[in-house]
Amino acid sequence: MNPVYIDPHIHMVSRTTDDYARMAAAGCVAVTEPAFWAGFDRSSPDGFRDYFTQLTDVEPKRAAAHGIAHHAWVCINPKEAEDPGFAREVIALLPEFLDKPNVLGVGEIGLNRNTKNELAILEEQVALAVKHDRLILVHTPHLEDKLKGTRLILDALRRSPGVQPERVLIDHVEEHTVELVLDAGYWAGMTLYPDSKCTPARAVDIVERYGDERFWVNSAGDWGHSDPLSVPKFCGELRWRGHTPEVVRKLTFDNPRRFLDPSGRFRVGHESTT
Amino acid sequence: MNLGPADRDRLLDRTFLEHRAKLLDLAAFLDRCERASATAPPDRRLTALRHAIPLLVDGQPDRARRVLEHLSDPSTAPLEHTPPHPVHGVPPPDSRTPNPEP
Repeated sequence: MNPVYIDPHIHMVSRTTDDYARMAAAGCVAVTEPAFWAGFDRSSPDGFRDYFTQLTDVEPKRAAAHGIAHHAWVCINPKEAEDPGFAREVIALLPEFLDKPNVLGVGEIGLNRNTKNELAILEEQVALAVKHDRLILVHTPHLEDKLKGTRLILDALRRSPGVQPERVLIDHVEEHTVELVLDAGYWAGMTLYPDSKCTPARAVDIVERYGDERFWVNSAGDWGHSDPLSVPKFCGELRWRGHTPEVVRKLTFDNPRRFLDPSGRFRVGHESTT
Repeated sequence: MNLGPADRDRLLDRTFLEHRAKLLDLAAFLDRCERASATAPPDRRLTALRHAIPLLVDGQPDRARRVLEHLSDPSTAPLEHTPPHPVHGVPPPDSRTPNPEP
């Protein structure tokens, strides 16, 4: 039997039931699913209400059929945050979903193209998470925008009253941003993608250089070019390089659990109440 | 958690051919672009890629970090609005003045 693992960032609304079956067979016992851009801009706040209902009511049932515990994060994603009026209508929906027992916090908020409007909506959602005492999951921008965006996000978090770094995970770090995130005291997420972000080999390189504390690893599998089994492939790369089973488990099970447990709502496999 | 010299041989035995193939892919890609660009104007993606290649062989560490920094937007101020161009994986057109494409 494969060792168990958690995929702490994956967009299962975009994946098939066969993917759930393969993930379960590979040892996945829990996932967390942040709210994100669906590949198109939604035309109304009601579109988001339906999406949040899918995340919190529908998807947990699909996951439970395969013995996987499912949890959600809610927010307006940065790509749809350029219109502040629209974004604030969506933010007004969030408190009712933040009260649900399988919602871990606010995410994935962050920046997309590093605009002033995105930044304002990021700061408002950080304040909402602090007010509701919820965890925060932050998306950092793609490709050439990542380094600048990571710096702007860190500045915004530093300005935000009440933020506790140990309750914030900044995701999609790479070699040029990981040190900024860890030095500021936040958790860092490494996303394993075929063409962008990290490969399993580069993620192991980063762990070997920066240690295995305050890291989680995820597939961020979605509707684009991505691999829902990339976390087990990361485990394989660790094992091949001679890392112990304890290190593998720490990075792919214990660490995400350590970050998520303070939510008071995180469960794995048979512990799930959903 | 540093890799030692003994690990280098294992790394090479397991992955040298994979990386040899990636090098050949890049070489063939540059040849292909050159054949396709006889009459095309310079492209900033190709220029940025060519300028990153010397970082691989300059003998300095942190190549991945330095390549990523080379391919990043060096500006620091937030933008007024979403820019019209999509992300391409290289700095935006007005962020720096790269050398002309050879």
